[in-house]
Amino acid sequence: METLSDHNWVLSAAVFLPLVGVVAMLLIPRSEELLHKLVALGTALATLGIGVFILFTFDYDRAGTLQYTVNTTWIDVIHSRYIVGLDGISLPLLLLSMVIVVLVLVYSLNHIPDPGNPKALFILILLLEVGMNGTFVAQDLILFFVFFEVVLLPMYFMIGVWGGEQRKYASIKFFLFTLFGSALMLLAFLALYFKTGAASFAIADLAASSSSIAHGTQLLIFGGMFMGFAIKVPMFPFHTWLPDAHTQAPTVGSVLLAAILLKLGTYGFIRIAIPILPDAAVSWAPWIGLLAVIGIIYGALCCLAQTDMKRLIAFSSVAHMGFVMLGISTLTSYGLNAALFGMVAHGLITGMLFFVAGSTKERFHTLEIKRLGGLLLQAPHLGWILGMCVMASLGLPGLAGFWGEFPAILSSYQPAPGLSEPLFRTFMVVAAAGTVLAAGYLLWLYQRVAFGEPSPEFAHHEIHDVELPEWLAWTPLLIGIVVFGLVPNLMFKLFDPAVQVVLGLKG
Amino acid sequence: MHLLAAAAGWTSPNLDYHALAPEIVLGAVIVILLLVDLLADRRSRVSIPTLSGIGLLAALVPVLTLAVDGAQRSLVGGSYVVDDFSLVMKALFLLSGYVVILLSSTYIDEGEYYESEYYLLLLSSVLGMMMISSSRDLVSLFIALEFLSIPAYMLAAWRKRDERGNEAGMKYFLLGVFASAVMLYGMSLLYGVAGTTLFSGIAEHVAKAGVDPILTVAVVFVIVGFAFKVSAVPFHSWAPDTYEGAPTPIAAFLSVASKAAGFVALLVLVFSAFPAASSVWQPMFWVLAALTMTLGNLVALRQTNLVRMLAYSSIAQGGFMLMPLAVAGTTSAQGDSIIAIVTYLVVYAAMNLGAFAVLLAVSRKTRSGEISSYGGLFSYAPGLAVTMAIFMFSLAGIPPLGGWIAKFTVFRALLSAGGGWAVGLAVIGGINSVIALYYYANVARHMFMEEPPDGDVAPIRVPPSLAAALAITVAATVLMGVLPNLVLRFGDVATIVTAAGR
Repeated sequence: METLSDHNWVLSAAVFLPLVGVVAMLLIPRSEELLHKLVALGTALATLGIGVFILFTFDYDRAGTLQYTVNTTWIDVIHSRYIVGLDGISLPLLLLSMVIVVLVLVYSLNHIPDPGNPKALFILILLLEVGMNGTFVAQDLILFFVFFEVVLLPMYFMIGVWGGEQRKYASIKFFLFTLFGSALMLLAFLALYFKTGAASFAIADLAASSSSIAHGTQLLIFGGMFMGFAIKVPMFPFHTWLPDAHTQAPTVGSVLLAAILLKLGTYGFIRIAIPILPDAAVSWAPWIGLLAVIGIIYGALCCLAQTDMKRLIAFSSVAHMGFVMLGISTLTSYGLNAALFGMVAHGLITGMLFFVAGSTKERFHTLEIKRLGGLLLQAPHLGWILGMCVMASLGLPGLAGFWGEFPAILSSYQPAPGLSEPLFRTFMVVAAAGTVLAAGYLLWLYQRVAFGEPSPEFAHHEIHDVELPEWLAWTPLLIGIVVFGLVPNLMFKLFDPAVQVVLGLKG
Repeated sequence: MHLLAAAAGWTSPNLDYHALAPEIVLGAVIVILLLVDLLADRRSRVSIPTLSGIGLLAALVPVLTLAVDGAQRSLVGGSYVVDDFSLVMKALFLLSGYVVILLSSTYIDEGEYYESEYYLLLLSSVLGMMMISSSRDLVSLFIALEFLSIPAYMLAAWRKRDERGNEAGMKYFLLGVFASAVMLYGMSLLYGVAGTTLFSGIAEHVAKAGVDPILTVAVVFVIVGFAFKVSAVPFHSWAPDTYEGAPTPIAAFLSVASKAAGFVALLVLVFSAFPAASSVWQPMFWVLAALTMTLGNLVALRQTNLVRMLAYSSIAQGGFMLMPLAVAGTTSAQGDSIIAIVTYLVVYAAMNLGAFAVLLAVSRKTRSGEISSYGGLFSYAPGLAVTMAIFMFSLAGIPPLGGWIAKFTVFRALLSAGGGWAVGLAVIGGINSVIALYYYANVARHMFMEEPPDGDVAPIRVPPSLAAALAITVAATVLMGVLPNLVLRFGDVATIVTAAGR
């Protein structure tokens, strides 16, 4: 592949720069809490700086081509290479990851969850960033696998150490579920490599030679990858780790989990499973679509039954990721574009909802919906922000959520050739019903939490409104929700060329 | 007279002293240790552990010169061979022996044990391991095996005033000699069938005459003998009791070096003596591997004592290492299987010795091996807790720690062979690695998420020798995970072993 730009150091820097901060923090004694906060934030900002540099040097006319590629030796013996590259699909996700890490660190300036120890917490966040950024740029399956797994340990400790009451149960459940998926995924990668007889584990090599595999074997290999990615997304019926992990994780953990970690699964479908095994994808698509709409309805029904605000938001993630997966299952450029937009939008909106939930918990020491009420009176700014996020989450046109949900539903009207139209139109109807339910549970949540008089229990408590670090952490997300809602083309024009390549429609 | 006459007709074999230099150096160090213990004053300044450590490192020098030289050397009619494979394994044995000495020095020093005898036996056992990696003949293999086992029996029973120490040694000894007997019977059948004790001769015979019932019995018996050594289920019952009763550094030694020696013998036998009998041993290893992983893991789940947990975990890890042997007869997977096992042995040595090092450091304070005694370790010994977490998650195979590349190469070997049986075994392995995570993470859970059980949060002082062992093993575990080429290069000795067999 020709070199489009000579800035090919940037991706490696974007991935590994956080490690510099980690090393620095390891050398600083634990008691220097302020210094730790500054070093971590500085590192994350520097990493984001690289992201901004990429934003300005990226060749937008060739968003479908991998840019800043590095292809160098890594593990010769097993024919795995260090290949990184960035196209229009990866760029928004990489930037989202960089931005969210900075915002999470800003939020943490004065919100260190029990039992404290910002040194360890920030080191974990930076390690997590290495894994997340790496996953979005890796173009070799083994490299992808390693980064995909690197996120597990930091998140396990983040939930297990700084989490809520049930944190030990939630953290190991998260770990076991995802590891089970990735074990099968790794076997699928290996089978793919040996069955294709490709020269390396590079995604491009494997995609080029996968048509030689018998269809039945392709289906099995796709199944292995499906397990890995579907558990991460998570799709119904593999979602059961998610409500526990989200509810028990500390606020920053929930935000990172919702905004980035869930996207690793859907990204895997788009980056790896579909382009490498397009034929198997067609056979699997109806089942993926089915599980997606079940997820939409099931998630929504569960939301209606929740009594805990954080748990409700967690189940709403199941429903939202259902829309993303429905878009993917249509295998059309329309659907994939919608899915990618949905991923970013969900990252912004649900990340924001978890921030608000965290701040609410901090003020009221509970998230039990029936004990809350009158948020708009007690903390009007917080109440309005929650309102905006709720509107965005239910897909109000003009906010980012709409462009993920509505096109995904629309795309299933006309699935890719080879897929059953009546079936997908049924999915469409069911998914549309899901949006009604979403409006139902979200508005009901808002009504109970924000409207009315403050509950007698908290009526005489001094509830302080949004503070400076919170404003700093939230404003970029809120701006993003509005801007991408008003000008969705900012992202669609990035995604579309790359999606055409993924689907093999061009190039 | 007869003796003299016989001696006159005997010509000394043309020995290649360079090839034997590692063994000779180690032998000389053992003699020096004996003399020092005999002649030097008890309170003299000569430190036996230091001397033994230097001796092991000195023996590494000729290993390196031989590796640089690179020529394959064959001695005594092909029954003793020095090739890349044997050199890699010798280096592994010497280095793990060195780390075990680092683990032992304070433990033995503080425990009123016979110091010099301990190191003497340890070094003898390492010498036996080095011999096993070069043996290409039934007789030299057996001698090497006994050379490594007999000192190990005594070391296992070292805490002679402790009942469990006696139990450890006794169990290990009885089951060990039983295994030797079974193996010897198999070897005698092999000799009877093939008419030679040389592996190359046996391989030729098997290739020519095919597999008959007697040969099948012989192969099965020999493999069963080594299955005891690598504590494969159902021949594993000695391991947990022995590890628990033996001095902790010896448990580390047995679980790493002695197991590695067993695998080296299995590899050499399978590739240079029975390559044509793969229809016999492939199914056998399939069953052994599946049983060993699954049973080891399921029992490890229930352990509350860290040493016993590590014992069952080491059984389960052995099951992972057995997996490639189940497909090693497939031509396309031969090289990959050797890479997988050698890589696994090297990575496993680093991470398991490291786990034992932390165990030793922590038990200096807590005087307990219970997993619950690790509660809150992170709050008062963050360095040890993080190090232990690295070893635990590496054993579980979580990237980017070393264990992942070990497991990866195993799966790679299985899938390169392909076919339903191989993929089936790989899936069993995948499920097992998920089960294993639960008990490894359980240790991390206690260290990071629980409170100290007795509220005692005085920091732990780590003696310099243990700190050195920890530094070596942590660095190796992390580096091999991030840059797997470092270790895979050593595993890539496929051509050599097969060439030696032909």
